[in-house]
Amino acid sequence: MSLNRRNFLTSTAALAGALTLPRVAMAADTIKLGSILDVSGIFDAYGKPMNMGMRLAVGEINAAGGLLGKQVEIVAYDTQSDMALYSQYGQQLTRRDKVDVVHGGILSASREAIRQTMRKTKTPYFYNVLYEGGVCDRNIFINGVTPAQQVEALVPYAMGKSGKKVYILAADYNYGQITARWIQKFVADNGGETVGVDFFPLDVSDFGSTIAKIQSVGPDLVIAPLVGGAHLSFFRQWAAAGMNTRIPLASTTLGVGNEHKVLTPEEGNGIMVAYNYSQELDTPANNAFKERWAAAYGDTNLIHEIAVSNYQGIMTWAEAVRQAGSIEREALIAALESGLSIDGPAGKVTVDPKTHHAVLDVHIMEMENQGMKVIETLPQRQPIDTQAVCDLAANPSDNTQYEIEI
Amino acid sequence: MDLTVVLLVEMLYAVASLILISAGLAVVFGMMKVINLAHGEFMMMGGYATITAVNWGVNIFVAILIIAPLVVGLIGLVVERVVIRHLYGRLVDTMLATWGLSLFFIGLATMIFGNTTTGISTPIPGFTVGTYQISGYNFFIIVVAVFLLIGMFAVLKGTRAGLIARGAMQKSDMAAALGYSPDRIYMATFFCGCALSGLAGAVLAPLVGLVPTSGGAYIAKAFITVIAGGPSLIAGLFSSAGLFGIVNQVFTFAISPVIGEVALLVAAVVLLRLLPQGITGKIFKGKL
Repeated sequence: MSLNRRNFLTSTAALAGALTLPRVAMAADTIKLGSILDVSGIFDAYGKPMNMGMRLAVGEINAAGGLLGKQVEIVAYDTQSDMALYSQYGQQLTRRDKVDVVHGGILSASREAIRQTMRKTKTPYFYNVLYEGGVCDRNIFINGVTPAQQVEALVPYAMGKSGKKVYILAADYNYGQITARWIQKFVADNGGETVGVDFFPLDVSDFGSTIAKIQSVGPDLVIAPLVGGAHLSFFRQWAAAGMNTRIPLASTTLGVGNEHKVLTPEEGNGIMVAYNYSQELDTPANNAFKERWAAAYGDTNLIHEIAVSNYQGIMTWAEAVRQAGSIEREALIAALESGLSIDGPAGKVTVDPKTHHAVLDVHIMEMENQGMKVIETLPQRQPIDTQAVCDLAANPSDNTQYEIEI
Repeated sequence: MDLTVVLLVEMLYAVASLILISAGLAVVFGMMKVINLAHGEFMMMGGYATITAVNWGVNIFVAILIIAPLVVGLIGLVVERVVIRHLYGRLVDTMLATWGLSLFFIGLATMIFGNTTTGISTPIPGFTVGTYQISGYNFFIIVVAVFLLIGMFAVLKGTRAGLIARGAMQKSDMAAALGYSPDRIYMATFFCGCALSGLAGAVLAPLVGLVPTSGGAYIAKAFITVIAGGPSLIAGLFSSAGLFGIVNQVFTFAISPVIGEVALLVAAVVLLRLLPQGITGKIFKGKL
């Protein structure tokens, strides 16, 4: 896009207009859905498509007549990739707007910033993102894959295609640390050996000496739960060194924000991943979803894992409201805990009553020409990591994020 | 043996990339005494200029070596005329103004290119040393850094323009009395500094995933290198980049990347405690 004065003026005017847009006047007979996402700032590659998925879901619910005879009204806040704004907007959603449900949060830090507010104000909260597992709280429902669901599927497949010696490169914060531990466990369970683990701060973008070190150790497989733009450099430098044809690579994060579309086919081809969703998933449900998305937004470029998670989270909530016949919290939780499931674009999603996490399909994929080709579908995987530590049926007042010891 | 060669290349590469990252700042901050907090953003714009040019079908080396420095240099020229020229000699004010500029450029780049990561792949294939693979692009970076140092030395030491620039930086009223316009000289020097930043961003662009906020990753290292280098432009740049690059790579390889970063910072702190004027405040004193 070129920038001339007219473009500049219209886009800034649009921006100013969007900021001052008055909230739709509230009718008493609507159900209010609060959404809190980073639609701008450094995480907007995650947040924008999630926001689009949310609006698509609510639009479809309303077009079908709404819930309990009422329309669903969206109260959305953009947290601008600023963690401090999460607590502020979380308070506003629950205390001023008094919404009936909140969907949102992207990074684990943002979830933890608002989770207690939601719990205190008894506002049901849906966190629809792949994350490190272990949150045990009766007020929250989580439908993203956890490391055990994902890694348990990915490790045996990747080791089967390569060999027993695995080298791990992970992002240096709770997600990377916990995921690296899970990878070590499943490598050992599958008769392999972890020959090296390195952690990288989120702003490290030079991996040259690490690549040399990996070669001196000589693993059969490298697994990389790396996060963010700086870490994307690793995949570039790996390919630039010609390593992509020598040692197979797997990742638990690459592609969640559509990063594989940034890498060239030569850089990305063959990288192994495992997620709940892929645009290349050839099922009637997904094809229909992509058509609806394209009808709403023009093309399907931006759809990614957590945009679909957000869509599925809202559909799960809507189904629970229908079954409960109420938006009241206890009735809603009871409906969700009845083993409720929906059929989303990524397959069947079932709420696990004990943990409030999700049982869902995990697809093993390989990157091919900037797409994620589905190799194998593992239906209905349980969130076994969280199940091992969390039982909300036995202990409903639990309010902890367990860190899993292995 | 092979490993030694590979490590040597990685060390040279680390030194070379520090030299590239810091060269523009060495001119703008080291010579002109403008605390340029927007240095990282000039690099970021160099990266975007390269990627845009390549996407338009320009040869990647032309984009890196010619287009990006020119584009960023011209942006720097505008910035100098509009903002910086009013602030020469006001160290703290330049800091505030360039911080504002850095926010502005991040916002601008976000509006034009969006906030998603972009990139291009490296133009040079990897090759084999014994049983090891190394990136061919590393050599390109090393070569560019060597030519950059030689070029800077040649211009500053060997040409009349370099002599005038150095003179004007040392004592601008004297330069004015001799009939040279300090205003013009400062403008040209700032242009060169920004062009060097743009070059650095462009050269590194194929190795990283670029976002509008990418500049932030370089700014601290660039300042540390320039400050630790001390008053001499080229000798300082070379010696401090050499020291930090080697320290960083040795610790990264021997222990872990986190320790590598820590070791670099510790080395900088110790160095500035022992040599508060920077390396060239004591060693290579008076050299260029």
